[in-house]
This record gives sequence, C-alpha cells and structure tokens, in this order.
Amino acid sequence: MTTISPETLALPIAMSVAAGLVGCFAVLRRMTLASDALSHVALPGIGVALALGMNPVLGGVTALVLGTTIVWALEHKTRIPTEALIGVTFSAALAIGSMLTSGEELLEALFGASRRPGLVETVASLGASLLVVVVVLRARHRLVITLVSADLARTAGIDVERLDLVYLLVFGLTVALGLRYLGVLLMGSLIIIPAAAARHLGRSLGGMLAWAAALAVVATTLGTFSAAMLHVGTGPMIIAVAAVLFFIGLVWRHS
Amino acid sequence: MTASALEVDGLGVRFGRVVALDNVRFAVPQGGTLAVIGPNGSGKTVLFKALIGAVPHEGHIRWAGGTRIGYVPQKLDLERDLPLTGLDFLRAKAVVSRAPESDVRRALEMVNLAPELAARPIGTFSGGQFQRLLLAFALMGRPTVLLFDEPTAGVDEPGEEGLYAMIRRLQQAEGLTLLLISHELALVYQHADTVLCLSGNHRPVFFGPPEEVLTPERLREAYRAPLKFHAHDDHLS
Repeated sequence: MTTISPETLALPIAMSVAAGLVGCFAVLRRMTLASDALSHVALPGIGVALALGMNPVLGGVTALVLGTTIVWALEHKTRIPTEALIGVTFSAALAIGSMLTSGEELLEALFGASRRPGLVETVASLGASLLVVVVVLRARHRLVITLVSADLARTAGIDVERLDLVYLLVFGLTVALGLRYLGVLLMGSLIIIPAAAARHLGRSLGGMLAWAAALAVVATTLGTFSAAMLHVGTGPMIIAVAAVLFFIGLVWRHS
Repeated sequence: MTASALEVDGLGVRFGRVVALDNVRFAVPQGGTLAVIGPNGSGKTVLFKALIGAVPHEGHIRWAGGTRIGYVPQKLDLERDLPLTGLDFLRAKAVVSRAPESDVRRALEMVNLAPELAARPIGTFSGGQFQRLLLAFALMGRPTVLLFDEPTAGVDEPGEEGLYAMIRRLQQAEGLTLLLISHELALVYQHADTVLCLSGNHRPVFFGPPEEVLTPERLREAYRAPLKFHAHDDHLS
C-alpha cells in the first residue's frame, strides 16, 4: 500500500476541489446521470494509449476533449439534448474502450490505481486542477444565469453555446484528473455525489460551491486514509465515504 | 420624426417544415410601446426569441446602435430547492454586464422588492415576487429596450395592474422602448402606442395604432372567434 504523506495528498485534494466545483453545475443542470456516462469516454483513449505504449492518462484526456467537443457540436447542429447525446455516445465509448483494454489494465482504468504519478504528471495535474477551479469560479455568474434561462443569458450578452463548450471541456478535464486515482467509473461519482449533498446544505450558490468542494476533499482524504488502514482499493473507498457524507447531509438537512 | 429603436423586415422563422413566422414587418420608435397579440401558437414568443437571437431566422432585424436589451420571459419553471438567492441572481447580472454593485439595490428599489426578500432562495418567491425579480434582472445594466413576454402570467388582477403601472412608470423615468406580449387586450389598448397582431399559419399580420388593430373585425379574423374587451378611456390622455 502506498505511504500517505502531505505530498501524496496534494494532488487528490486539488482534484477534489475541482470535482466539487464542476459537480455543482452538473447537478444544477440536471446532468447527474449524463455526467457519469461522460466519464466513460476516457476508456477508448486509455485503451489506444496503452496499445501504443503511451501514458494512459494522456490518452484519456485526448479522448475526453475530443468526445466532449463532438457532443457539443452535435447538440448545436441537431438540437438533441446534451444528456441524450452523452448517454448514447459515451455508452458506445465504454463498449469500445472495454474491447481495447483488457484484464488488469481494464480494472485500473475503471476503478483507478494507487500507483504514484510521476513528477511531470503531478505538476501537470496540479496545474490543470487550478485551471478548472479558476475557470469555474470565473464563469459561475454566467453559468448561473444560463441555468435559470438561456434566453435571459443571451440578452445579458452571454455566448451560451461557447459557455456550454467551455463547461463540457472543463468537465472532461476534471474527469481526466481523477483517471489514475479513481478510474473512469468512479471519477464521475466524485464529481456528482459531493455536489448533490451540497445542494441540500447550501442556501446560496456560494454556499453550495463551498460545501461541494469541502465534502469532496473530506471524502478523498478520509477515503485515502481508510483505504490504507483497511487494505482496500482507494477509489471505491473514497466514493463510499462520499456516499456516507451524502446521506448524513440529507438526514441533517431534513431533521 | 422619431428614430426607430427596432426595424423588422421580412422576418420568417421555420422549424423544419413548420412555419412559425412568415414575412413579419414592423418598426418601433425609440421610447415607444409595441404590444404583440395573437392567439396561442401564432408565434409571439418565437418573434421575441428571434429578436434576441435565440432562434435562426430569415429577413432583417435592425436594432438601433447602442441598444441594450432587458428581457422578462414568460413564467419560468424553476426547481423549488434551487440554492440560488435573488441577490445571487442579480449580482450575477451585475458582474456579467459590468454594472456596479449599487445597481442591484437600485433595481430592487425600482421594482419595489425588499432586499431582505431578495436574500431568500428564488424557489421560495411567489409568482408576483418572481416576476418583479425578473424585471429587476432586466433593469440591471441600464437597458434601452425592455421585452416582456406575458409579464403578468400567473399574477392576480391587482398585481397585474400594479405591475403594468410599474412598467409604465419605469418607461417614463428611464425613457425605455417597450415590447410586450399580452393576452390582456384592455391593458394593451391602455398602454401600447402600436399593436402587432399575429395570426399564425400564413394568415394576415396586422400592425398599427390600437384603435386600428383592436377592431372587432380584425380580432375576429386573427383569433377566428369574436372577442370583446373593455377599452379604458385614458389611452390618449
């Protein structure tokens, strides 16, 4: 089992803050199930990268960026809702990815691995986490107006289509951040569960964003330590802790 | 001659084979009030969506230079537990339109909405309160034109008259151009300078002063049913 030190926790914590913030808008946009499916698109990229002997995370990032851009373009060409396109496109991606990846590699791609990333990957991931946090916080006002009404957003001078693309790309990047740690199946859950809990706990947008980031960090930290103590997989433990936090929050809010 | 705030010529909107609007033509002078009326499905909301660039269209839409649009949509269906306060919503508009924070308080005062009420989640607002919040949102960023899509839908009669009085007062205070969709023909007669009556399905479009458009013959032709309304006497006052 990997030794836990402040350095090894820095990246998961940065990733968790990004996941919590991005997740808030996924929950508010009712993309909960679509978000889970969206993370699957990384799988074919991972499969191709492994087949070519490349870094699998790089393959996952490439597939996510490509996939989200295709979904965005299809949505604006066909006017089919995002969730329907994501559901179809990314379920297909999961099927293709499963064929391209096999055995131990498939399990790691789906559920993550506790191997430490190299220095370059760590620095790049920290930079990407910071980028996601900055983009979401800067775009939060535009995202919130668009959430209430796309027409109101247009009259406020917001380029709704461009904002959709930026959000999907940021979402894809956040999934990519958790590929090594949580895998494609579980990263979608770290994006959604803390944000879903924060929705019940926050009384304002700022409150929801703060709760989501905090819960994601707590789930990741507690999950990492618990997994080390109980000798179980880190990714599944993080999501189990997040789910427990969700139910505690639900009971607390409605008690 | 008053300059036009908006000129529309040959406007058409199609959704596949369905023609929502066909060859619509009208103009609105700066500071004027245009009411858009017509039966359900005649394309009133589609017209507004075309004007704000939300749907692709044929023909020409020319807004005067420097136009800033404030839009109050038809009743929005929001989730009751949305963690978003009225103040969150208005501050978001202030940031996006680069308006000073003081504009939030100003907009709330203009629509008679208490700041304490605006600090509550928007899911807890009543229909009338939410319409006022939308109006405050539209007023942020100092618009020159306001578009109202059935601004009083879901509001009771006293509230409806109050909201129209407020709209009128704001128009006079700010020199705004108003475009409004309404089913309340008596209020249209009272408040509008010009009326655009859409009929849908390639049927005629009537445009002109209320006393020319709101005639029993034209209304029967547009609505395909006889309509009656009580015209207030103060239209020309």
